[in-house]
Amino acid sequence: MVKDGCAHVKPAAATDLSVFLLVTWSLWWQTGHEDHVGPDPPRSESNCLLRVQEVSVALKQGQVTPTELCQRCLSLIKKTKFLNAYITVSEEVALKQAEEAEKRYKKGHSLGDLDGIPIAVKDNFSTSGIETTCASNMLKGYVPPYNATVVQKLLDQGALLMGKTNLDEFAMGSGSTDGIFGPVKNPWSYSKQYREKRKQNSHSENEDSNWLITGGSSGGSAAAVSAFTCFAALGSDTGGSTRNPAAHCGVVGLKPSYGLVSRHGLIPLVNSMDVPGILTRCVDDAATVLGILAGHDPKDSTTIQDPVKPFTLPSLTDVSKLCIGIPKEYLTPELSSEVHSLWSKAANLFESEGAKVIEVSLPHTSYSIVCYHVLCTSEVASNMARFDGLEYGHRCDSSVSTEAMYAATRREGFNDVVRGRILSGNFFLLKENYENYFVKAQKVRRLIANDFVNVFNSGVDVLLTPTTLSEAVPYTEFIKEDNRTRSAQDDIFTQAVNMAGLPAVSVPMALSTQGLPIGLQFIGRAFCDQQLLTVAKWFEKQVQFPVIQLQELMDDCSSVFENEKLASVSLK
Amino acid sequence: MAAPMLRWCCPGRRFAFARVGCGSCHRRGPPTGSTSNGKRGQSTVAQQPHITAQKPRKGEREWAAVVGLEIHAQIASNSKLFSGSQVHFAAPPNSLVSFFDASLPGTLPVLNRRCVEAAVMTGLALDCHINRKSLFDRKHYFYADLPAGYQITQQRLPIAVNGSLAYSVSVGRKPSQMVTRTVRVKQIQLEQDSGKSLHDDLRSQTLIDLNRAEGQLRVDANISVHRPGEPLGVRTEVKNLNSARFLARAIDYEIQRQINELENGGEILNETRSFDYKLGCTVPMRDKEGKQDYRFMPEPNLPPLLLYDSGSLPPGADPQQVIDIDRLRERLPELPRVTRERLVRQYGMLPEHSCALLNEVGLLEFFQSVIKETRAEPKKVTSWVLNTFLGFLKQQNLAVSESPVTPSALAELLDLLDRKAISSSAAKQVFEELWRNEGKTPAQIVAEKKLELLQDLEALEQLCRSTLEAHPHVVMDLKRGNPRAINKLIGLVRKATLGRADPTAIKEVLERQLSS
Repeated sequence: MVKDGCAHVKPAAATDLSVFLLVTWSLWWQTGHEDHVGPDPPRSESNCLLRVQEVSVALKQGQVTPTELCQRCLSLIKKTKFLNAYITVSEEVALKQAEEAEKRYKKGHSLGDLDGIPIAVKDNFSTSGIETTCASNMLKGYVPPYNATVVQKLLDQGALLMGKTNLDEFAMGSGSTDGIFGPVKNPWSYSKQYREKRKQNSHSENEDSNWLITGGSSGGSAAAVSAFTCFAALGSDTGGSTRNPAAHCGVVGLKPSYGLVSRHGLIPLVNSMDVPGILTRCVDDAATVLGILAGHDPKDSTTIQDPVKPFTLPSLTDVSKLCIGIPKEYLTPELSSEVHSLWSKAANLFESEGAKVIEVSLPHTSYSIVCYHVLCTSEVASNMARFDGLEYGHRCDSSVSTEAMYAATRREGFNDVVRGRILSGNFFLLKENYENYFVKAQKVRRLIANDFVNVFNSGVDVLLTPTTLSEAVPYTEFIKEDNRTRSAQDDIFTQAVNMAGLPAVSVPMALSTQGLPIGLQFIGRAFCDQQLLTVAKWFEKQVQFPVIQLQELMDDCSSVFENEKLASVSLK
Repeated sequence: MAAPMLRWCCPGRRFAFARVGCGSCHRRGPPTGSTSNGKRGQSTVAQQPHITAQKPRKGEREWAAVVGLEIHAQIASNSKLFSGSQVHFAAPPNSLVSFFDASLPGTLPVLNRRCVEAAVMTGLALDCHINRKSLFDRKHYFYADLPAGYQITQQRLPIAVNGSLAYSVSVGRKPSQMVTRTVRVKQIQLEQDSGKSLHDDLRSQTLIDLNRAEGQLRVDANISVHRPGEPLGVRTEVKNLNSARFLARAIDYEIQRQINELENGGEILNETRSFDYKLGCTVPMRDKEGKQDYRFMPEPNLPPLLLYDSGSLPPGADPQQVIDIDRLRERLPELPRVTRERLVRQYGMLPEHSCALLNEVGLLEFFQSVIKETRAEPKKVTSWVLNTFLGFLKQQNLAVSESPVTPSALAELLDLLDRKAISSSAAKQVFEELWRNEGKTPAQIVAEKKLELLQDLEALEQLCRSTLEAHPHVVMDLKRGNPRAINKLIGLVRKATLGRADPTAIKEVLERQLSS
């Protein structure tokens, strides 16, 4: 699988990581060392070897075994433990699955493209026999007796479940900072690209205290994919929770059309907007995973009945028949100039290649945030009602009365963010408020959805927007604002899509002057996920986003890790 | 009201739930001189009131009562409304609980087609408008036997609305005075049942059974009283009534209680009450959370329920995926009103008898089987089924299906009676024997007990002659012109035949002998 362009590059001294997977895997680090110096370095052809399809071929050809793959990912998970990407690492399960996959490969009947390939799942998807916490005290220790449909579909394909990834409590947040297991650290905080820029700009600051957030709420999944601990991860996306961390972590984040992928087993945030999301290192991988997940599920009545064809993406060479819409309302004052200029650059790119690029209007965009707040908190209030401490999850010690037990259980079980949303939601649902808030918000939601319908009816194929206002910010910066303010700000470009049920994907475009990834979002027509991904794939190929360079981090951290291990041993 | 719903009720877990508005005001209290309405109170349900109204006081004006019923009836289906768990009556607690039923996070409701069909058919039977599009809502409240913290129901746009049910009730003292009444049906909705709480006061524990097989029928009655012409009174809700009998008693009690309260200067609180069936009175329920706001909202996990008819059916639609109202209409069984009219027409039956036959589950089928197998007159069969047979059932509190007497046995017995092989009183004796169920046929019992009518005319002549000889003073009495004396003689002869002679035949012989 060694590509010509990179074959001459000689591997540097063998560190643990440089041999961690395939010979070819080491190459991108090497090329990174030698070539990736500019702010927006070209992406090496060999990078594609980190993709699902390439690894799948390597597995089929016996260049690597599922067990080797699994062990190397497990070792990386351990080395990057400080990122806090995983809540639970299901090592035994993964190794056992790898063993079975290996038997299948030996017999020559693999189950499909994902057989033997490590994946991770956000900790708000039910996994049979594996703790599913939603990063909440309420579900700490809760072990579901069933698999979410999407998890089952991945396992049926032979995928190896490495573990459950970190998130904001019950997916309520945009930083992956508000879960009981602590915040997720963005792998880019430790990248060579970012560190070198920082050295140029400041000299005194303590590097470790200035780590960046991943975005959220699927920050654990984004970090897991970004740090190479798995090849694909499931996130969930209610207002941008997959696309936002994907943009901050430099990976592809896909929110499929509502109704295309089953929500059965996804612990809900907002049932009418939740969609399982897909995080991968390239658009093709996202399409491969979507092909596996999509389709009717008898256990989810909101999934479409029509049969779904596998998602294989053509390599688009001609974009001249495409019409790209640029929504003018998305040019907000809060948008960073860097993101703004990349957005323009992307539009120009399409135009220069012959696509029709036009400004369009989504006039109700500004109402989206407040409308989302009412609908989201109302459904949250309802969905959280089941957490009463009786059937499962946390239960307080008090036994004065059933009511007192409920109150104490829910007080102890939920964080302030969750409790705040429950309170707001119940307020909006009160008989006296229902018409003024919930019904109005539903009407506004319809208007927002119609904005998109009108734009697509006018001949636009795909909308191009920023995914986030800026690149990832340091944690210390992020927590200056509360969760609600942050969520409202950060979901601005992503959340209207959920209200309209449309497919959208965030594709990393380039590094900022600080050396941090910036992603742009493509929004497609409902159930035109394949068309959307085809455009995204073309774009991905044009921009050649650089691979994260983590070698120094891995080296540093492996020593940190060793020390930690020693410490814990000596304590025993 | 409950009757047509009851026909649906079988052990099951789903509730088709009819909210029934009261069509006619329930008039209570004695008539006064100035009003022409002299009728005694009748509950909107076809039940005789068990408590009588107070004695009229002079100058008192009458009261009118308004009653609305919320009827919860379980649908006979194999699995639950929103999950694949089975439905069995009296299954061990929590043995039929799916992950959805236990409200495990991430589970979603999936609507059961059978339940939708049952709701549509109920709507058709109750002459409702069937909504082509209906919606599901969540109704929130915290209770230990409601694991999701909300119940899925159809509050805003239910599956059927605006129906009516005509029924007959007897008024006055004679059962034959039947009048037709109509109640309006406000809506029929599909609703998830809650679980069942079992309170163990001793250990101050509550045990929860999520099987939710609580009962086949449950009714909540909303009751208020007011003076005619004045605004409606404050209503109370009597909850969890589980039989038509208790329902009627609770309503009657509650109406009287409200009248008494108001007449004594008190006021009626808008409250929830329960019926103590031992004491026969309603008592306020401990209100756990004060006034409930159920915070209704649309159930986002269930798309709108769309129904079709033969005109609107999308071409090429998979019959498994769509519900065609017209096809369900064809599958409707004969409705009780039609059956009653047919019985009256076909058998010359009294209307009240046709009602009685339909009021007991299985009684009509029993009656029809007997009719099919016997040569006896329908009138005779009706009388035997409604008086003797039903009387025995009631006495022992048995259902028709539990009867020890089969329709064939009764038919054979009625045949014996019809060809005068036995007398009516002998027939009663045979029936009692049959009821004891010793596996004998009516003919066997008649033979063993020597119950057959005396067919030997000579023997009868002989018995008559000796009776006349043994009672000369009765004969004298008769000859002096007392016509009733012959009855005494007939009785004496019957006694001598051990009841085996036909009284008409005895009379004939006696008269012949006396006049000769």
